[in-house]
Amino acid sequence: MPQDIKTKYKSPLSHLLNPGHTACAGCGMIVAARLVLDAAGPNTIVTNATGCSEVTTTQYPMTSYKQPWIHSLFENPAAVASGILAALKVKGLADKINVIAIGGDGATFDIGLVHISGMWERGENILYVCYDNEAYQNTGYQSSGATPLAAATSTTPAGNKSWGSDLPKKDMIRIALAHNLPYVATATTGYPLDIIAKTKKALSIKGPKYLQIYTPCVPGWGIEPKDTLSTSQLAVQSGFYPIVEYVNGELIKAQKITKKVPVENFLKLQKRFKHLFKSPEGQKEIAKIQALAEKNIRDFNLL
Amino acid sequence: MKIKLTVQPGTTDQVKTGHWREIHYPIIDHEKCIGCDLCAKICPEGICFPTSKKNSQGKIFYENDLDYCKGCSLCAEICPVKCITMKEEFK
Repeated sequence: MPQDIKTKYKSPLSHLLNPGHTACAGCGMIVAARLVLDAAGPNTIVTNATGCSEVTTTQYPMTSYKQPWIHSLFENPAAVASGILAALKVKGLADKINVIAIGGDGATFDIGLVHISGMWERGENILYVCYDNEAYQNTGYQSSGATPLAAATSTTPAGNKSWGSDLPKKDMIRIALAHNLPYVATATTGYPLDIIAKTKKALSIKGPKYLQIYTPCVPGWGIEPKDTLSTSQLAVQSGFYPIVEYVNGELIKAQKITKKVPVENFLKLQKRFKHLFKSPEGQKEIAKIQALAEKNIRDFNLL
Repeated sequence: MKIKLTVQPGTTDQVKTGHWREIHYPIIDHEKCIGCDLCAKICPEGICFPTSKKNSQGKIFYENDLDYCKGCSLCAEICPVKCITMKEEFK
C-alpha cells in the first residue's frame, strides 16, 4: 500500500472505545458497543457481563475502554451496576453519572435474567444494553434463549432428523415490558444513527431502561464481514426483527418497512440457515419463519 | 493486602491489528467524500476520522488509520456516495 496514506494523517482515536481490541473483522457487537459508549459520553460507569464484549476488549493488562469499566461474573452486570449506583447515591453523584450495564444475549436472556429482573423491580436508574447475536458466540456458537427457530448452532446441529433449533426466540421485550419499565427499545447495527438516538433518549429518562441491539456475528452466523450491514438491514426489512420503541409501556414508534423482502433473502446470506435450502422439508421451516415475520408485521403495523 | 488490578484506559491502542487484514484495504476518494461521518460511526475499530483538510466541494474529508484496519469493508458498504473502494493488497 502507498506509504503516504499511512503517515499523512495521524489518527486521533477520538472514540471512547480504542482500537486494538480482538473482535473479528466486521463484528456487529463492537460497533454497537462503541456507538452506545460514545452516545453516553465520558461521565459513565460501565459494567460488563462475560461474553465477546468483555474478552475481546480487555486482554489484561490492557483495556480498550476509556470510561470506568468493571467485569465481575457472567450473571452479574445488573447486580454490580446496582451496587455502583448505591455508592454514587451516597456520594451525591447519582444525577451526574450514567450507569450502563452491557451483556450479550446469553447473559441477558438466560444466565443473568434473575439479576436483571431484580434491578428492574427495584427501579434502579440504570440502562441495560443487550447485544443480541442469537447464541453463545464467544464460547463456540452454543444455542441460547435468543436463538431463533431452525438456526443451526453447535448444540442444535442440523442433520437428517433435525432442523436446528426447534424452539422460537424468547420474547425478552415482553419480559421487560412486564416489569413496567419507562423505556424499552430495540435497535440494530444496520441503522447506526438509530442506536445513538435511542441511547441518548434512554439516558434522558429516569428509571430502569432496556435497549436490545441486534448485532450479526460473522463466524457464528457464517456470513462475510461485509454482510454485517446487509444482514441486519434485511432482518428489519423482512419483518424478522422489528425495531420498536416503548415509553411507559406504550408503543410509540415501530420502524416501517420501506421495501418488503421475503425472509429467504435474509436467511440465504447465513450458513446457520443453509440446511433449509437443501430439501423440500426445509421449505416448510422457511414458511414457519415467514409466518413469524408476518405476525410481527401485523402486530406492529410495520407496512 | 492491596493488589493493583486496574489498568490504564484505552491501552489496547498498542496492539496494531492491521496485520489481520487479509486481502483488501479501503481507499477513500477525497474528492467524492461528502463528510457524512457514517464510516466513522460504522467502523468496528473506530479508525475512520475527519481530517482537518477540505476538498474542492468545501467538505472536510475522511481518512482511515490502516495500522488498525482489519479490512472488513463495512465503511465501503455504508458509504452513501460510494467513495470508498476496497483495493487488493500485496504484502
